[in-house]
Amino acid sequence: MVEGAGVGPKIGVLALQGDFDAHRRAIERAGGEAVEVRTAAELEAVAGLILPGGESTTMLKLLHEEKLFEPLKEFGARKPIFGTCAGAILLAKEVLNPRQESLGLMDATVERNGYGRQIDSRIVDIDLEGEPSEAVFIRAPIIRQVGPEAKVLGKYMEDPVLIEEGRHLAATFHPELGRDVRIHRRFVEKVKRAA
Amino acid sequence: MNFQNDQFRLKVGLAEMLKGGVIMDVVNREHALIAERAGACAVMALERVPADIRKEGGVARMSQIRIIRDIMGAVSIPVMAKVRIGHFTEARILEALGVDYIDESEVLTPADEEHHVAKHDFKVPFVCGARNLGEALRRIAEGAAMIRTKGEAGSGNIVEAVRHIRTIVKEMKQLTVLGKEELAHEAKNLQAPLELVEYVAQHGKLPVPNFSAGGIATPADAALVMQLGAEAVFVGSGIFKSSDPEARAKAIVKAATYYRDPVKLLEASEELGEAMPGLEISKMPEGELMQTRGW
Repeated sequence: MVEGAGVGPKIGVLALQGDFDAHRRAIERAGGEAVEVRTAAELEAVAGLILPGGESTTMLKLLHEEKLFEPLKEFGARKPIFGTCAGAILLAKEVLNPRQESLGLMDATVERNGYGRQIDSRIVDIDLEGEPSEAVFIRAPIIRQVGPEAKVLGKYMEDPVLIEEGRHLAATFHPELGRDVRIHRRFVEKVKRAA
Repeated sequence: MNFQNDQFRLKVGLAEMLKGGVIMDVVNREHALIAERAGACAVMALERVPADIRKEGGVARMSQIRIIRDIMGAVSIPVMAKVRIGHFTEARILEALGVDYIDESEVLTPADEEHHVAKHDFKVPFVCGARNLGEALRRIAEGAAMIRTKGEAGSGNIVEAVRHIRTIVKEMKQLTVLGKEELAHEAKNLQAPLELVEYVAQHGKLPVPNFSAGGIATPADAALVMQLGAEAVFVGSGIFKSSDPEARAKAIVKAATYYRDPVKLLEASEELGEAMPGLEISKMPEGELMQTRGW
């Protein structure tokens, strides 16, 4: 049992497809409680939501098929969402390469597979608010543009890789696969404050 | 340990991204687009699906590059391709091409009857088939970053995939109750490195994602192997050899997500046409089995 687990509001992890289990474990390491979300009823029961890494096209397809797209947009208008990689793509206002639909909850333009294919995936140290932090990039997107309300918390090669806008948080890499638990802890705190 | 270095973490990382998803065999750009539209999390680019390889016979090799490149250009999801067991030059060619995952596969005719590819030497990740825990751990020791059951490819019969996932899960459970000196003995029986045997004993699972393949033809088949412990599924001939590829592809994607929800599985199973024709494994001559390839 992780110390602090089970205390505070429940955080959902969208479990349609992707590394949702890695996020559940990361939330627990950060002292939060996580549950899997696959239906609108399960979505209503959580105080914040993680959109995991995985394939954004697969998730988008299932969000529509299962009539979760609008409920998710509406959830995001009230409660915090944290998206990593495919999740960040879903949160953005505009998606390129190719153009695709998204929730539009954050004022950002994201280009899919911005660094290339799997052989271009990498683990590097990024600058996280002035301190080094390990970042795992896997077929990662690149944030090409952010709106005036966005706060850039992390950068790699001059591009923003971790941004915060109001209640939402987005990373183009995978903190859930890294050793640094600070980003998940930040989200757990955001959800606690908003609840 | 090799299986905890950064390069290996990246390989396993991509496998993590595919969990809960369906990887579909496709033989051309049109199939790839149908698969992507239906919600596949990745595609396997092939010249012939296993059912056709089985029917036509002859030597099955790595696909023509033109076909793989065409598919890579058509979709935005990861693209995998197969090499013959032990054929490290085919693997180097696919790595140079930039495919996202290589399947060192028993579906193709083996190139080496003793050795598998030394997969840690590659930057591109590999998936390998296994029928039991010993095979799975030997493949991981060689550098496989994802394991899938072999099942019996191209058969449309789930019985072998069920046997293999049950065997692997049971053998893992058994290790968790053994003492240290017993694990050393088990490592010998499994013909696998002690450090991997110890990892499984401690965690009750493989150090890499564990998927299922070989005979999945319906949404119910996909949900069955996932309930038995598979974390994602490969569907080969089951989609494009059925009477309704797009609808079936969508239904299997839904089943992989809602594998524990009988109402959603009912929805996924409705209004499907004919599944691919199946083969009775016990009536097949031993020489035609693909699962016995690999050592």
